[in-house]
Amino acid sequence: MLTLYNPICSLYNPIYYTTIMAVEYDGGVVIGADSRTTTGAYIANRVTDKLTPIHDRIFCCRSGSAADTQAIADVVTYQLGFHSIELDEAPLVQTAANLFKASCYRYREELMAGIIVAGWDKRRGGQVYTVPVGGMLVRQPVSVGGSGSTYIYGYMDSNYKPNMTKDQCLRLVSGALSLAMERDGSSGGVVRLAAISETGVDRQVILGNQLPKWSTA
Amino acid sequence: MALSNVVETPASGFNFENVSRNVALEGLLEGGHTKAPKPMKTGTTIAGVVCKDGVVLGADTRATSGEVVADKMCAKIHYISPNMYCCGAGTAADTEKTTDLLSSNLTIFSMNSGRNPRVVMAVNILQDMLFRYRGQIGASLILGGVDCTGNHLYTVGPYGSIDKVPYLAMGSGDLAALGILEDRFKPNMELEEAKELVRDAIHSGIMSDLGSGNNIDICVITKQGVDYIRPYQESEYKDKRQRRYKYRPGTTSILTEKIVPLELEVVQETVQRMDTA
Repeated sequence: MLTLYNPICSLYNPIYYTTIMAVEYDGGVVIGADSRTTTGAYIANRVTDKLTPIHDRIFCCRSGSAADTQAIADVVTYQLGFHSIELDEAPLVQTAANLFKASCYRYREELMAGIIVAGWDKRRGGQVYTVPVGGMLVRQPVSVGGSGSTYIYGYMDSNYKPNMTKDQCLRLVSGALSLAMERDGSSGGVVRLAAISETGVDRQVILGNQLPKWSTA
Repeated sequence: MALSNVVETPASGFNFENVSRNVALEGLLEGGHTKAPKPMKTGTTIAGVVCKDGVVLGADTRATSGEVVADKMCAKIHYISPNMYCCGAGTAADTEKTTDLLSSNLTIFSMNSGRNPRVVMAVNILQDMLFRYRGQIGASLILGGVDCTGNHLYTVGPYGSIDKVPYLAMGSGDLAALGILEDRFKPNMELEEAKELVRDAIHSGIMSDLGSGNNIDICVITKQGVDYIRPYQESEYKDKRQRRYKYRPGTTSILTEKIVPLELEVVQETVQRMDTA
């Protein structure tokens, strides 16, 4: 009775085109993301939290289809939690990354998910692993993802140096994200940051008017 | 082996045969002179706001079928549990059945565990189900409720994505409603202020969107209970009928009357006692 159901008509399908980034430093990692979710040209959520905790010291940055990445993150959280209880110790970041890769690769045809897994563990310290669309897994000292990442490869390549401190990393990530948000229409809102180390997770939000300013008016 | 004259009981769960039929029809019609009927987005404006004492949900009451208003007083705010209600936009049948299923599951859970369900549990159940069906269930839902952890408002999309936000609008009138909400929302509002805000948001959706209209329903959920005000505000554009369209008995005059009694013969009489104990 109430409107014809047509499988071809577009449904509300929020996507994180986004900009996400993760940097490792000696003692931990700094991760950051913008906060925009779009459905077509409409911003469905301007304060999204794309930094999702997977375990106590392991986070993932999500880009791609909102539904797909939320579902994968839930599955991996369960698998990692179970594994950690069996092991009776904190899981490795590499394990979490491999769990993401397993889901993303097996269902690569059905999923649209680009994920950066970052965290700290006792064996290897701070680590960043990237699992882009398609299900590849590679460890990198610094990684950017999402549609806005293309605008900041230059900034990242010229400003990243190995053995930076935590504050330098925070400034690098917030600077890079604000540049990407400036240029990429699909990224925007606030910058969410998290610094993960042995002592814990330190989360921050940088509001729009507090973002670092760049010279072009 | 199923005989053609034996009705098969359909398999339980959703049946997507009509989806493939529609796709085939589209293919046939595109080639010829006739065009397939254009699908219309279901018109709705639904909104929700978290305030100091609880959650306020609002919805319009128009259900459209193409360009005709099919139902002027449709209920879009569905009961989930004593502490949770859900507004639905999208395909009406899908929102109705999904919320019914959720409500049944939560009732069973309450009976089994002796606890009131939490909003996050309802959201997880919805997310699991909608993700599993990969967008084939066209239900965009706003779920609001109060539980022991606080006042919560979530949106669940047809593909299974969730967002947790303090204020929200969905449906075809969402842009108009969100304009009002973005302008006047403040955290920790008083209940009356929140009700007015939601009413104004739905009203702007009704004014600016053809698919939304008629009355406004409001549902206020607090720790003390639920106040489902239906309608909160009636449409000021209700028309009076010009004439009476019912015919009085005797409008058609009877010219002749012939009564023919049927002669029935009792062939067999069996009495079966019903056990009413």
